[in-house]
Amino acid sequence: MKLTTTLMASSALVMASTSAFADGHMASEMTIVSWGGAYSASQQAAYHDPYSEMAGVTIINDESSAEAVAKLRAMNEAGNVTWDVVDVVASDAIRLCDEGLALEIDADTQLADGDDGSKASDDFGDLLVSDCFIPQIVYSTTAGYRTDLVGDTPPTSICALFDTDTYPGMRSLEKRPINNMEWALLCDGVAKEDVYDVLETKEGQAQAFAKLDTIKDSVVWWSAGADTPQLLADGEVVMGTTYNGRLFALIEEQKQPVGMLWDAQVFDLDGWIIPTGLSPEREARALDYVKFATDTQRLADQAKYISYGPARASSAPLVGKHATLGIDMAQHMPTDPENAKNTFLYNYEWWADYRDDLDAKFQAWLSQ
Amino acid sequence: MTDTAQSGPVLAADGRPLKASLNRALRRQKMRAMLLIAPLLFFILITFVVPIGQMLFRSVENQIVSDTLPRTTQMLGDWDASTGAAPDTPVFAALTKDLMVAVEKKQHTRLGSRLNYETTGVSSLFRKTGRKVDDMGEGYTDQFVDLDPKWEDPVFWADLMADPAASALPMTQDAYAAFADTIISEDGDDPREEQPWHTVYLSLYQDLSAGADVGSLPAEVATAQTAAVTFQTEDLIAAFADIDEDWLSVDTWQTIQTYSPAFTNGYFLNAVDRQKTPDGSEWRPEDQQIYLTLFVRTMIMSLTITFSCILLGYPVAWLLANLPMRQANLLMILVLLPFWTSLLVRTSAWKVLLQQQGVINEIVVWLGLVADDNRLALINNATGTVIAMTHILLPFMILPLYSVMKTIPPSYLRAAKSLGATNWTAFWRVYFPQSVPGIGAGSILVFILSIGYYITPEIVGGTKGVFISNRIAYHISSSLNWGLAAALGAILLVVVLLLYWAYDRIVGIDNVKLGG
Repeated sequence: MKLTTTLMASSALVMASTSAFADGHMASEMTIVSWGGAYSASQQAAYHDPYSEMAGVTIINDESSAEAVAKLRAMNEAGNVTWDVVDVVASDAIRLCDEGLALEIDADTQLADGDDGSKASDDFGDLLVSDCFIPQIVYSTTAGYRTDLVGDTPPTSICALFDTDTYPGMRSLEKRPINNMEWALLCDGVAKEDVYDVLETKEGQAQAFAKLDTIKDSVVWWSAGADTPQLLADGEVVMGTTYNGRLFALIEEQKQPVGMLWDAQVFDLDGWIIPTGLSPEREARALDYVKFATDTQRLADQAKYISYGPARASSAPLVGKHATLGIDMAQHMPTDPENAKNTFLYNYEWWADYRDDLDAKFQAWLSQ
Repeated sequence: MTDTAQSGPVLAADGRPLKASLNRALRRQKMRAMLLIAPLLFFILITFVVPIGQMLFRSVENQIVSDTLPRTTQMLGDWDASTGAAPDTPVFAALTKDLMVAVEKKQHTRLGSRLNYETTGVSSLFRKTGRKVDDMGEGYTDQFVDLDPKWEDPVFWADLMADPAASALPMTQDAYAAFADTIISEDGDDPREEQPWHTVYLSLYQDLSAGADVGSLPAEVATAQTAAVTFQTEDLIAAFADIDEDWLSVDTWQTIQTYSPAFTNGYFLNAVDRQKTPDGSEWRPEDQQIYLTLFVRTMIMSLTITFSCILLGYPVAWLLANLPMRQANLLMILVLLPFWTSLLVRTSAWKVLLQQQGVINEIVVWLGLVADDNRLALINNATGTVIAMTHILLPFMILPLYSVMKTIPPSYLRAAKSLGATNWTAFWRVYFPQSVPGIGAGSILVFILSIGYYITPEIVGGTKGVFISNRIAYHISSSLNWGLAAALGAILLVVVLLLYWAYDRIVGIDNVKLGG
């Protein structure tokens, strides 16, 4: 009988402590969700550390941004939201906002004005793509190539990806239709402004797949942003696509013989959302954090650690030198005029509708 | 025994019947046993059975359509898609009312995504319409208010709807209740301070035109009924078509109608490359068929991995069981070492070894076995998956084999040989049959683990070496098509149970041993 009592008591204790743990979000702690790696490190240095010091809160990093929508949905269904601030790409923010999982923000009253006196809504401008989204950086998906493996004529056009005659060897592309389909059409002679109209038709999709078919045997498909840098560094591929910050780190920090191919880079945005369903105190603190972390100076600070463009117009003049390398960061930003000569505008709306459909086709095409 | 028959039941020391007393003691013992396992039982129920059950339930669950569009799905019941024409105005009126509530509660985009799994374009259709639906029916609101400014007064509305006689206006009551509910739950406002939505006026117009008996309601209603005859009607169909032509398409409505029931087999059909049609199901277009291929590939590759594990593991286990203690212990540590290394580290190490500029290729090129421009493709394909997973799962084969082999007395082999058997006969006829339970246990472990693996195939599998579990993970965390993920998972579970059953019939589950 004594054993039973002990067991009962201990299991009761375990249950009590787990439930205490579950909502034991202490007042002095907040959980911030992001992407991990060099990106989280730049946020830690530019935002988390100064904020912790200023507000006296401990910031817990969670690296779940890739599954943010799925997890927020599950948390919402369970009625227990454990995240305070979440870093997501724009398309995910739009989805979360539409489903009421993210808090709507009024940029002018809830975010800091720009250092140049402009209102937040003007300072962020078109980048406020959703009512819930607080833009942080502009990044781009672009290609890099091994300077020692491409001969005397380094590629200048994105179509080099499809040109296996001039640039033989493997290339790495992302294992999803987004970007690849657009580039395939662009390199098959479709005008930039017609890409999505063409892609909407069955014939257009077939055309894109046919173009991809021409290089299918020479492609390594990646699913993590770190894959292409590794493949380039090992000489496994002659060129490959990834996020521009990853290529910057590879070229400037790791000094690999790799060149940037900015042509037809696809811009995307990354920023914060605050989940709905937080207690008033946590919500107020999350808002306070976001207001601090997206002011002009803080956004410019982040660019010291990673080559992503700050989302505020007023931050651009403040972008300085890399924190450890001491090189000028402005010319490594995807938004720098020299790099942004030919860019491609990614259509969120279009992909929201066609993603499931095209993804099924893309995966079927891959496994054929 | 005869005693008992004569003097009634046998009594225990305390005077109760022995049978009852015994039962009581037994019951208490059972209770105690139950209490002892209760924490574990609870734990398993809460963390294992309930979540899996819930997840599997999602594969047939489809309430979202009828929950979000209750009025529309009801009205659509009578619509016949084969006429080739989109439904009539009442259906569009019902849709307006449903969407108004859904938009306020932010549920319409979720329904859009749900239906977009079936028909591409529905997602944007709901999104676009959601932005404009709050203007629909405005014409009626204006006409009612022009008639009598009282119709603008929230308090007048609240009182009117609280009137027991308001049941004469069923649609209005329904629309008003939806409005009041949403205002309270979403915005925390008081319906007595907010003017009703246009959909309430639309419903009132519908009720009044249908000839509702408003005799016992305030005079304003009767006046409105007389006036309503002359009201200019608003063309809802045109308004929807104006937002998007797709509202006139039979396909859109057919999708809503087909997926109206609370439960659907649509996800399961999708999981076997078929799609739901009004009269049953049909194959998906060939360029979208992937799941059957993936299921078959998962099975074949898991079997390959299991066999490779048997081939590689059997000799190692034999050595382990037969070497002197010291060497055996050292070998055992080598077998167990991978368990102490992170799975990701091991998989990434294979990447370094197997890639085209990797260690193995460098060696074979250096040895001159293959040409430099014709290096072996060992990774990002099925070969890579088989190699890496065989390595990762090998200990699960070796350990059960070892523990079974350990119990086979060496004297049997000696006896066989002394009776004239060759080495091979002694092994094949005497030793091997005794080690089969170990092979069985190891195979089941390895096979079941491998069909559920997804990290390793994702990293080294490329496109030809990924499993069905990779698609399940994709639908759970990226496309958020949880219903399809659940259906795929359920099918996988059934396949495993079937294989287990087959194994039991062929080999016999009693023949499986994890240890002596």
